[in-house]
Amino acid sequence: MAYPNDRKYTKDHEWVRLSGDTAEVGITDYAQQQLGDVVFVDLQAVGTAVTAGTPFGTIESVKAVSELFAPLSGEIVAVNDRLAQAPEDVNTRPHETWMVKIHVAGGAADGLLDSAQYEALLT
Amino acid sequence: MSDTAATAALKLTPLHARHVASGARMVPYAGWEMPVEYSGITAEHLAVRTRAGVFDVSHMGEIEIAGKDAVKAVQHLTCNDAGKLKMGQAQYSALLTPEGTFVDDVLVYRLGPNHFMIVVNAANAARAADWITAQAKATGDAAVVDSSARYALIAIQGPAALDTVQPLTGADLASVRPYWFTYGEVSQARALISRTGYTGEDGFEIFVPPNMADRVWQSLLQAGHAAGVVPCGLGARDTLRLEAAMRLYGNDIDDTTTPVEAGLSGIVGWNKPTFVGAERLRAQKASGPERVLAGLEMLDRGIARHGYPVLKDGARVGTVTSGTQTPFLKKAIAMAYLPPSLATPGTRVDVDVRGRASAATVVPLPFYKRPRTV
Repeated sequence: MAYPNDRKYTKDHEWVRLSGDTAEVGITDYAQQQLGDVVFVDLQAVGTAVTAGTPFGTIESVKAVSELFAPLSGEIVAVNDRLAQAPEDVNTRPHETWMVKIHVAGGAADGLLDSAQYEALLT
Repeated sequence: MSDTAATAALKLTPLHARHVASGARMVPYAGWEMPVEYSGITAEHLAVRTRAGVFDVSHMGEIEIAGKDAVKAVQHLTCNDAGKLKMGQAQYSALLTPEGTFVDDVLVYRLGPNHFMIVVNAANAARAADWITAQAKATGDAAVVDSSARYALIAIQGPAALDTVQPLTGADLASVRPYWFTYGEVSQARALISRTGYTGEDGFEIFVPPNMADRVWQSLLQAGHAAGVVPCGLGARDTLRLEAAMRLYGNDIDDTTTPVEAGLSGIVGWNKPTFVGAERLRAQKASGPERVLAGLEMLDRGIARHGYPVLKDGARVGTVTSGTQTPFLKKAIAMAYLPPSLATPGTRVDVDVRGRASAATVVPLPFYKRPRTV
């Protein structure tokens, strides 16, 4: 799968799509492949302040639990409620499935990658 | 550098190249590099419940005991009553420490009047072989041979298993009852075909020479293709066995737990005069165990995992041994050791899911029982 160049990526295999000062955050195709079948996505509530590099939720596959790390600091202004019923969206459409929207407060986390840099990281 | 060293040390089954070529995701498991999933754990799990799946379980160890005193040795070193075994029959049993705790859980096959094969877990293979050798030596004239390298082991599990394997062999498989085995050829490979498994479904475990493994693997998948039979990895094997409440060594049972605590009193040969661990088990049976393995179903959102504390009114009362979100039942289920007073179905407890108390209820085991056809 190609990694769209309309967004940035983290070394933790998340993607961030900024529009204005709001960022959609999801996980990459690589991440969902590594996790396997996602069965549960547990996200912090709207209104929660998050800090770049700290967890904003957990994602569970059949096998294991992983933490989701905020790629930037700010406040959660929306969570994708559909994931409660359809966590498999993360597997089937990883790059269309945002998990939270963050109203960005500070600057971006260090080391956000563009798609070419992210693809290079995977090889 | 360390990665290379670790990879080099992993053992490979005779089907390793096939798994890699087929695009399976490979992971280290118990010293072996094994396929964890092919098409995905959920898809594989559902295939086994509704059609059938094929598993490489060649990492399991096989240890044979033969000689004049083989029966005596097996009766001494396994807890179930191997004296009841007829030739061609297999039995779920365990090797116990003198304290009655598990060295391993095993299947004992009676190959001949004085010849047995004990199938042990991969993680315990070396330890179990040493332990069996030491115990057998003490009981008389019986030779112990680790014959693990002589077998590849392929399991086919699910309602379509019988119809998939039957065309490949001259052996009459319908006449082989559960926990019995027969000999025959499968796709021209000399095989021991056992009606056993670790998924809660009907199926077979097929022991073949390593150099024939790929041929048998391929012919099973080919024969089952139209029926939707798929290759499966250890991930689905784990979720399948958990739904069926089959215990996993290292998670649900280990050298700190006994068959009485694990709800496996049924595999203890109580009428045998003695065996390793007997005294402790009899005492525990008489006094009642302080904890028992119970089933849990989550009521709150959240998945209980191995090692999570179980709470009652905020106080820790037990520990989760296995837990997952099951693909077939579509519930979060778990097994946990609990005090007997809290192990009655319907009892409410909480599971500490990463700091959050999540409600759960005790349910009977197994979580899943296959519909039996007459």
